[in-house]
Amino acid sequence: MTNNNLSVISLISIGEHPTSRRPRRAEQDARAVELGLKLAGERLKALYAGTIESPSIEVALRSYLGMGLAEINILNLSDPADATLALAEHLKAERPDMILTGVRAENGESSGMMPYLLAEQLGMSVITSIVEVSSIDKVTQQAEVLQALPRGQRRKLKIKLPFIASVDMAADAPRQSAYGPAMRGKLVMNQLSVQVEDTLRSKWQINEGQKRPKRLKIVKAKTAADRFKAATAKVEGGSGKIVHGSSESAKEILKMLIDEGVL
Amino acid sequence: MSDIFRRDPRAEWIARNRLHPMHKPVAEGPVRGPSGLLRKNPHAVGFIGPNGIKRIDRSGASTGGSATRQSAKQTEVILPLHKVDEPDFYIVVALDLVSGRLNGHDKDVLGLAQKLANIDEAKGAVVAVAFGELKEENLDVAGVDRLIHFYTDAYQEYNPEQRCADLQVIVKELQPRHILLPDSINGGGDLGRRLAAKLGQRPACGVWKVNGDQVVCRASAGKNDITRTLPTLMLVLEECSEPVSETRHQSLIMPLNESQEINSTIEDQGNISVDPNAIPLAEAGFILSGGNGITDWANFHSTAKSLRATEGASRVAVDDGNMPRERQVGATGTWVTAQVYIAVGISGAVQHMQGIGKCDKVIAINTDESCDMVKRADLSAIGDSSEILAELVSLVEQNNNEKGADHDQ
Repeated sequence: MTNNNLSVISLISIGEHPTSRRPRRAEQDARAVELGLKLAGERLKALYAGTIESPSIEVALRSYLGMGLAEINILNLSDPADATLALAEHLKAERPDMILTGVRAENGESSGMMPYLLAEQLGMSVITSIVEVSSIDKVTQQAEVLQALPRGQRRKLKIKLPFIASVDMAADAPRQSAYGPAMRGKLVMNQLSVQVEDTLRSKWQINEGQKRPKRLKIVKAKTAADRFKAATAKVEGGSGKIVHGSSESAKEILKMLIDEGVL
Repeated sequence: MSDIFRRDPRAEWIARNRLHPMHKPVAEGPVRGPSGLLRKNPHAVGFIGPNGIKRIDRSGASTGGSATRQSAKQTEVILPLHKVDEPDFYIVVALDLVSGRLNGHDKDVLGLAQKLANIDEAKGAVVAVAFGELKEENLDVAGVDRLIHFYTDAYQEYNPEQRCADLQVIVKELQPRHILLPDSINGGGDLGRRLAAKLGQRPACGVWKVNGDQVVCRASAGKNDITRTLPTLMLVLEECSEPVSETRHQSLIMPLNESQEINSTIEDQGNISVDPNAIPLAEAGFILSGGNGITDWANFHSTAKSLRATEGASRVAVDDGNMPRERQVGATGTWVTAQVYIAVGISGAVQHMQGIGKCDKVIAINTDESCDMVKRADLSAIGDSSEILAELVSLVEQNNNEKGADHDQ
């Protein structure tokens, strides 16, 4: 489904492999590009704000080009800069119908605030964790999207154009990146008028993520006898109900299913 | 322990017989000496245990012969009431309330809020904001001092913009010291970020530890930790703090200015039906799992279809070629987290039991009453699986028809 007069921009970032820590195509952003390519085809624009200093970052950016993009617009920022302002300024000039991004970045603060901040600055509506855009009506300026919910459920939402949507991991997997198109694609540098430094961030202390402690069962016994009992006694609650006979069991099972609300 | 009252005729007889060596006077009031001092008889403490040795239990749980007279019913502990009549400041917590109840994440957030409200002798009030249906009855023991509840029909649906606007009104009115939300996929994470963008505040996301005036947040998609000063708005992870367990709170309904209705750009069209077998096994909420005891696999598949359950299998069923490998539940397959797990003809190997460790309710259908799965299950049906499944399918269809008829009327 490609729509001819729809302008879509996918925001992309550089991911980081969780084990090797090498820069890579970010998984959620690649899904945003995939969804954008399905909606707008070749007219999908990709926008990247950040540094392009090291060659490994360029390789990672080119892996997005390998998905079939003609070019990537780059806003070259130094590392502690605030990307939101630069992006907002660029997007204000573009006025797209739809902006797609990942839910959260794979490095940096990864707070997931970007779509919300952009929506606030551009005056667009924002929606989170979508998996599919089922239809777009340019006349009524409305789109129908599917949102991912926990436990694999989907919710259908109608949203007004223009909007910003973050794409969930449950969306269609991104297509493979091809080497030829990746090399042929262009990285277009854009002029930046402002560059605001993120001063708050410089005060933070960033460490390697600690393993979170496992929650212990706390025994709040007042006496030694109670503590002894808590440490030695078998967990009560025992075995459940046992029913015999097919019709009775079916009734009991149905009752439990209805009580749990899964039917 | 059962709470059946049991008489002990022998103890009663001893109590009647004043000449019995174990007889103690029944009316054992406080004994005062000649000078008015309270006298205690040290020999009367404790009781003689079953093997003739004197036992002293200072917990007060058992007091010799009279213990058997009391029924074993546990007395309900009434926790002390934590009263905040004139709070110094407020802490606002917006709850997730999945299906109208507090979940573990909500309770942890409330625990953290209470911790922040009672730092250094200060007395703040925790204001819980609930949207939509509220079925939870234990809000007081979870640590809610004040409650603001939005419950009109509009809140039954997904309306994050309206909720965010309401929170903005509350924040403006109460000027809370902290605003806490669960950083979850059940709506808390979305709402908190919306609020942060509207308020123009920088939130701490993924907070998992609060140390004095420092917070530790997960960053870089879980690879790094950021230590920063305590901000106003925090999106906290599960197990960030212990839930409240030692106090009861007032949970007073708080009067509020009328919320303004805003023009929403998002319209909820309801959940759509998903093919249960398209849901990844690890996320599925309702699993029908088959094992070695199943002889009629066609019946099993049709049952799963009519129950709208995701299909799972034990290792034996997979090895025998009855089910594909990706459907295997257990240590070597998928670790499932289903709310309801029906195990048909699975006896319960250790590896399989590990895989279903996180399941909420387990239903076993088996011919063998002594198998491990029956011991684990909350409900066990003993009998031929195909008969029980057939019966279940007919009941479910009947139930669905009735529901359909109710809708038509």
